[in-house]
Formats: sequence, structure tokens, C-alpha cells
Amino acid sequence: MTDTSTRRAGEATKVIQGRTGPWEMVLGLEIHAQVASNAKLFSGAAVGAGAQPNSQVSLVDAAMPGMLPVINRHCVEQAIKTGLGLKAKINEWSRFDRKNYFYPDLPQGYQISQFKDPIVGEGEVLVERDDGSAFTVRIERLHLEQDAGKSVHDQDPNATYIDLNRAGTALMEIVSRPDMRSSDEAAAYVKKLRTILIYLGACDGDMEKGNLRADVNVSVCRPGDYEKFRETGSFKHLGTRCEIKNVNSFRFIQQAIEYEARRQIDILEDGGKIDQETRLFDPAKGETRSMRSKEEAHDYRYFPDPDLLPLVLDPAWIKRIEAGLPELPDAKKARFQSQYGLSAYDAGVLISEQARADYYEAAAKGRDAKLTANWVTNDLAARLTADGIEIGNSPIRPAAIAELVQLIEDGTISSKIAKDVFERMWAGEGAPGEIVEKQGLKQVSDTGALEKIIDDLIAANPGQAAAVKEKPQAIGWFVGQVMKATGGKANPGVINGLLKSKLGL
Amino acid sequence: MAIDAATVRKVARLARIAEPEEKLEPLARELSGILNWIEQLNEVDTDGVEPMTTSVATTLPMRDDVVTDGGDAARVLGNAPRSEKGFYVVPKVVE
Repeated sequence: MTDTSTRRAGEATKVIQGRTGPWEMVLGLEIHAQVASNAKLFSGAAVGAGAQPNSQVSLVDAAMPGMLPVINRHCVEQAIKTGLGLKAKINEWSRFDRKNYFYPDLPQGYQISQFKDPIVGEGEVLVERDDGSAFTVRIERLHLEQDAGKSVHDQDPNATYIDLNRAGTALMEIVSRPDMRSSDEAAAYVKKLRTILIYLGACDGDMEKGNLRADVNVSVCRPGDYEKFRETGSFKHLGTRCEIKNVNSFRFIQQAIEYEARRQIDILEDGGKIDQETRLFDPAKGETRSMRSKEEAHDYRYFPDPDLLPLVLDPAWIKRIEAGLPELPDAKKARFQSQYGLSAYDAGVLISEQARADYYEAAAKGRDAKLTANWVTNDLAARLTADGIEIGNSPIRPAAIAELVQLIEDGTISSKIAKDVFERMWAGEGAPGEIVEKQGLKQVSDTGALEKIIDDLIAANPGQAAAVKEKPQAIGWFVGQVMKATGGKANPGVINGLLKSKLGL
Repeated sequence: MAIDAATVRKVARLARIAEPEEKLEPLARELSGILNWIEQLNEVDTDGVEPMTTSVATTLPMRDDVVTDGGDAARVLGNAPRSEKGFYVVPKVVE
């Protein structure tokens, strides 16, 4: 595919200085996303971590002779949904193949996957960098496949323990084109893809549990080579790639890429050549190492699974799924900017989590949109992060934030006092209105009361009052004194007005 | 199409079948014979014919996403030569 329109040459490409000159990295990712489902892809056994070993295993998963796989309609629907979310082509005809290899946690001796005819074809993802700029990652394909079981190596020095609970769980493998040029871009891509998957409800995105994990393909080339690759579509312009398997956190993805690119450059600069191989990232050491054991197994001898008929999708079903798609992150961000007048940055922060976007919309109803956004993305977000609470479980509900914003909007409290009210709300002292009432935090806008304070102040400090006439900015001292006298509750606008007239400014 | 002893050795290894060296040549001859016999199919002109994927005129049956199976580790482990604490136990796998 030739396409240079999505990226200007050299843009945001990280250059690595080597002994023999500059290098660049080229990255492509395969994401394995566990389909959020109750049952497995081809059996009626339950899905989910934490159960007793082998308690979520059917005889299909254990590959007993004579067992036949029957596909889970919901899992197919999630793959279609995700394909649509990636603006990808849905293949109405796809097929399952057997990928043959031997490993104790793969009782079938093969993984049911889709090789030649995947359910989803080419699509794309718009990815935002940290600096606000964006780039496109092309998706090559998405296919459905089975997960393997788990091997436990630490129970016995002479044996491996096998738990098949995970065996047969539905995975979506999402393969990108080599469109990322720095570890930051790779992490940003995974973040965006994860957000889309969570919005769609197709995968819970829990990387700690391994429900979303990445295989990272890394190669290095000289400046200019990548552009030639994009022009011609020929991989001969790129270096030999290594695949780093199963990296399951944003930080590890970045560390693995940085280490691997450096390793390849060192080899090339010493006159060596890169072996195309599968490598493993060791988080403890921060390095990648060869998985030699897998090398020979690379001959997977794919062939169509004779137990399964081709997967033929009814176009009407695809249409129905499309009609039921939720508003996706890009569309929501655009709407937040136009409907609420928010900056791209604020909108981006709010939509990064669906729950946060929902929270915001509930709170912003009828309120000052920008002010509400500030409270949700600053004070509330900071508090939630500090206490490790998801926004969906926030002890302060959207209606309470809305009430707080209203109190600021109508001048009942100042922004400064609002922070104090917010802390009390967090501590569970009640609704903002009640707190303001109970604590007597209402902003003093009553000119009579303020005039008295100001008159006393001017009378007690004639020197200061005279000085203000020479140096108008010295009025700040008076404002501070009035604030002090009122416990911070005076309306700053009203004080300023009164002071100016009384001091003759 | 003819396959040689080296290919037989490789395929046997991939399939985890132990074949003694002296059987590789005879196997290569037998397998080549089978492949040659099947290759007769190439004589049929299939231009413009969609590959047949099944002889059954039906679509892939699907099931609902409900848990209907599992919850019986003892049954799953019933045939295992060795099991412990609900796990299958196999010779040490070194990664």
C-alpha cells in the first residue's frame, strides 16, 4: 500500500544517534485483546481469572477426542463491532484455520485461529501524541482465535503445572502496519486502541490481568528509508525485524522497544546482521532475550479447520451492529469541543475514559461547561487518582459537582472557598449547599457589611490609604485585609469596586 | 511431487513422531507415492471454480454466550497420568 499522506516526512520520528550515524526505528504491533464474554469462543465453559484450576474447562477445551467446537455468537459480534470501530472492512466470508504447535498448555496441539481469511480486513486508528498532534496507524487485519492455558513453573522444581481455565478463551488479534516511529507513538497507539475497545465493550482492557497484551515488532533503518518504504510498499527498504512477545504494560512496551532498537543498532554497527526471531522482554532486567525454543516451531502448517464451516455473516446483522455502535472517542471529542466549547486538550482528557465522559456530561447539564470541566479534570481527578478510585465509583456524584459549580456561578461562594467546600464534600460532609450553609461560607456580597470593614480599615491605616493614590497596585494589600477580616468569604469583585470608590481611585 | 528423507525428518519432528533414521527413505517413497496419486487432481480444469470448503450445504452454527459447561475439574483431569491440586502435572517445561 502506498500512502504518504498520513505522515509528513520526518515528523515526530525519533532519531537515535549511533557511532556510524543516525538511525530510526520502525514499529508494528499485534495486540491480543481478550473478548469480554461469559463463555469461551468454542465451548460453554466460563471465562475469567481467579477460579479454581481447571474448573472452567469443558471437554472441548481439554481437547478430548470426539469433541466439536461450536462458535460463540457474542464473540463474533464483538469482532465485527471492533472492526467497525476501527473503520475496517468486515469480511462477510471468513474461515478458521489450525495453527499447529506443541506445548503442554495447548491440549489440542493446535490453536484455532484465522490465517488466510480473517473476519476483519484493513482499517485505521487516529492516534494523538502527547503534544496534541495526531497520526494514523493503519490496521492490517483483525482475527478471532483461541487463547492457550497457563503453565505454572514454580510449584515443583521437576514438573510444570497446567491450568486450562484460560484455554479456549476468545481473543481478537489486531495487527497494525509498521506505522509507529517511536516508543511514545507505540504507547499512544495502544492507549487509543484500548480506549476504543473499552468504549465498544468488546474488551475490558485490563492489562494487569493480561486481557490486553502486545507483541511488538521492532526494526531499525537509516533516515529516508522509511519514506521509501511508504512510497513503494516494499519491505526491502526496512531492516530485519524482531518480534517481542507478550508485553503487558505501557511502560514495558516502551522499555522493550528502546532496548531492542539499541541492541539492533549495536549489532549492525559492529558489522553484524539481525536474525529475524522471537524475543522475550524481561521486566526485571529491562532487556529482551531470544526465545530459541520457539524458532523451529515457527512452521505452523496452517490449514482450514475441518471441524468448522466457514463463518458467513449476514449483511443485515452487520448493519444492525453498526446501528447499535456507541459514540466512539473521536466523535465524542469533536462533540465535546463543539457542544461545550471545550479546548481539544480538555475534551481529550474527558473522553479518554468513557466513565469520565459520562460523569462530565451528567455534571455539565445546564452548568458552565468550562468550569465544570475544570472541576472534573483537576480537583476531582487528582483526588480520585490519589485514592485509587475509579470515577464511576466517585463518592462525589455528578449532581454534587453541578451544585458546587452552580454555587460558584451564582456568586454564592468564591472559587477559593469552593476548594474548601470540595474537600468537605470529599470527606462526606454532605451536599455543597448544606456545607456552605452549615459552615457559614457564603460569600459576603452585602455592601453594607463590607463598607463598614473597609471604612474601619482606611481609618486605621491612613498611611496606606495615601500610598495607594501614588501606587494603585497597592490596593492588593487592602483586598487581602478585607478577605482576612471576612475569612475569605468576601466577593472579590465587590471589594474591589468599594475600595476603588472609597480610596478615590 | 517427490519428498526426500530430510523433509520426512522435518515433518516427523514437527509432528513429534519419532522415526528411526533407516525408516526415513522408505517413508519418503511411500509419501511421495501418495502425493503423486493425489496430484492427479491437478489435471482437472478448475479455472473460475470457487474452492469448495464443505460438502454440507449449511452455515456455521452458533451458540449463545451462556455458561453451560465446566465446573468439573475431576472429570477433566480423569485421564491425566498425573495431577495435583487440580492441575495437570507434566514434565518440567523450561522456557
